[in-house]
Amino acid sequence: MALAAVLVVLTGVAAGGYLASTAAGSRQDTVTLRVSLFGDFGYQDLYKKFEATHPGIEIKEDIQSYPDHHANLAKHLAVNSGADDIEAVEVGFIAQFKSQPSKFYDLKKMGAGKLAKQWLDWKWKQSLSPNGAQIGLGTDVGSLAICYRRDIFKRAGLPTSRAAVSKLWPTWDKFIATGKRFQKHAPKGVRFFDSGSNVFNAIIAQLNPAYYSSGGKVIVGANAKVKQAWNLTMQGVLGHESAGLAAFSTDWNTGYKKGTFATVTCPAWMMGYIQGQAPNTKGKWDIASVPGGGGNWGGSFLTVPKQGSHQKEAYALAKFLTSPASEAFIFKQTGNLPSQPALYKSTAITGFKNPFFNNAPVGKIFTDSAKKLKPQVTGPHQGDIQTAVSNAIQRVEQGKQSPAKSWKQFLKDVKNVA
Amino acid sequence: MRNGVNERAVESGPIRRRGGLRGRLHRLDATASPYLYVSPFFILFAVFGLFPLAYTAYVSLTDRTLLSPDTHFIGLENYSNLIHDSYFWNAVENTLGIWIISTIPQLVIALLLAHLLNTKLRARTFFRMAVVLPQVTSLVAVALIFTQLFSRDYGLVNYVLGSFGMHHVDWESGRLSSWIALSVMVTWRWAGYNALIYLAAMQGIPDELYEAAAIDGARGWKQFLHVTIPQLRPTIIFTVIVSTIGGLQLFTEPYLFEPLKQGATGGSARQYQTVVMYLYEKAFAGTQFKFGYAAAIGWGLFLLIAVISLINFLIVRRIRTTEA
Repeated sequence: MALAAVLVVLTGVAAGGYLASTAAGSRQDTVTLRVSLFGDFGYQDLYKKFEATHPGIEIKEDIQSYPDHHANLAKHLAVNSGADDIEAVEVGFIAQFKSQPSKFYDLKKMGAGKLAKQWLDWKWKQSLSPNGAQIGLGTDVGSLAICYRRDIFKRAGLPTSRAAVSKLWPTWDKFIATGKRFQKHAPKGVRFFDSGSNVFNAIIAQLNPAYYSSGGKVIVGANAKVKQAWNLTMQGVLGHESAGLAAFSTDWNTGYKKGTFATVTCPAWMMGYIQGQAPNTKGKWDIASVPGGGGNWGGSFLTVPKQGSHQKEAYALAKFLTSPASEAFIFKQTGNLPSQPALYKSTAITGFKNPFFNNAPVGKIFTDSAKKLKPQVTGPHQGDIQTAVSNAIQRVEQGKQSPAKSWKQFLKDVKNVA
Repeated sequence: MRNGVNERAVESGPIRRRGGLRGRLHRLDATASPYLYVSPFFILFAVFGLFPLAYTAYVSLTDRTLLSPDTHFIGLENYSNLIHDSYFWNAVENTLGIWIISTIPQLVIALLLAHLLNTKLRARTFFRMAVVLPQVTSLVAVALIFTQLFSRDYGLVNYVLGSFGMHHVDWESGRLSSWIALSVMVTWRWAGYNALIYLAAMQGIPDELYEAAAIDGARGWKQFLHVTIPQLRPTIIFTVIVSTIGGLQLFTEPYLFEPLKQGATGGSARQYQTVVMYLYEKAFAGTQFKFGYAAAIGWGLFLLIAVISLINFLIVRRIRTTEA
């Protein structure tokens, strides 16, 4: 079975190499650009537009799951074969990839330097490698809000309008306290939030520094703010406010349909996810502001690996896909929030309302949140630290360990990783 | 020795006389062709078996990672770290545990199934085909469906337990419960396959043995115990060893069983992380890409399988033949 996994990888590499070489060898007047993404970025219509204005270019898209996509990209870069012309990289992985800038084209040299002001300053810097090369153009950012179920709030005796709900939790302490109040009158089997890690990650997202110091050192154990976030999350978990569902698990997905939790941490892209998982809950949701203000979860970059042979065309496409017009278009389609501050002033964005979420003015909510965003230093092992802390929180939720014991094991895991 | 050489020289005499190139080609044909005929297997084995094996052994002595081009030879450091790595031994324990509670029921069920299929059933071919159906089902589909069956809140298994007034079991989070869920997946998939192997062997047992047993007064169950099983000994050894190798390399089922798909840690407390999953975690799943260490884990697993196969062989060999 392990062998099967290895074989899949090998054939994947082989197939990628094969496709790339046939693309290069095909008729000279057509160039096939391959774009590798995790999940659907909503690019289909934009490809058509680009193909129409750039005759002789054909675009093919490869979509994989989030973990597979990044693991494969790491492998393809290591063996110098198999990567697509454009590869998306999520913010959780950007530190890892920008530490090997020799594998990517420096987009500054291709003209992106002039465009730098187009993006949020910290977004531009996130993909800037230590040697000053720019390896990626920002797509979206995941500024935070809280999605909540109006109907369940009503049954638990809490206010339902988004202004009143936002007032319930100016801070995370108040959020956990509201959970306590909610739990007293909650419908049977319904919990205040979906999982401890989603709350914890949102608190962490507002910190700087969080897991890494500005010097690039892992400071998880030394950062008192991280421990504070842990303690607060544990307070909620021990108070039975958490449904204990791992994000993206089947039970979590079903939880959306059945309404087993009343709130969920909501980066802009989560709106599309909820609509996909639970179309039956249309109109029951609404969106309030996030406690503490600001914070980012997710968001991506488009990179151009050096092994591709069409860097000029690839850069042109990446530039087009991340242009203000394209990002505004995608926001209306999927809810992915643009990473470009000029758009936060455009009424086309700020005036946008989402009927699924009770006509919440999502354009305004998420751009307000994005303006408050403070950049955070991330590091190459961000992903592993995230996994370790999710496991640690789950161990408490599942009643397997006390918070103190679980925290100790988490610190040990982090030490092993970094 | 000298004699032998002389004799061959005499024998090949006439051929040599028949002439230069042709004769030499003929001799080459006689000596080289057999090797050529068997070479495809050995070439494939060398490329896909021997080379990876040797290369993995080499990598396990280095600190290679995917992220850095520099690789240093570090001797046995990976192995000494592995011996003191509690997560590795946890993975070994999980693997052995899951292997035992999946292999034993699996082979017992296979034997009983084969015994049933060997009797005069109606629609026998249909049933014989049916037991191998799990084999042609995609492993990913099997894992996904069983994961849903065993899910905490809305799983079918918990629904059934609930309707008998029992508590819901959080299958994935408990150690033994997750092992049981995984064993059910493995057993479901492999019992039919082993049953078919047993069935083929059963049909090779001569009828005289059963007739003789019948004359001695042994019927049904006794015949099965004292004639069928001893006669199946070589087949049982084969299936035990094959299921051992497969069971100890368990990966896909536990990997897909995990709700948090990143990291491959096999549950929040690594309660069902198998050795191959741990290898995958170190090499691919996380952000570490420690190929050197993962290669050492691979060799650790190899030794483990070798030792356990040997123990198995020694135990199963003691199934007595007819005189028992």
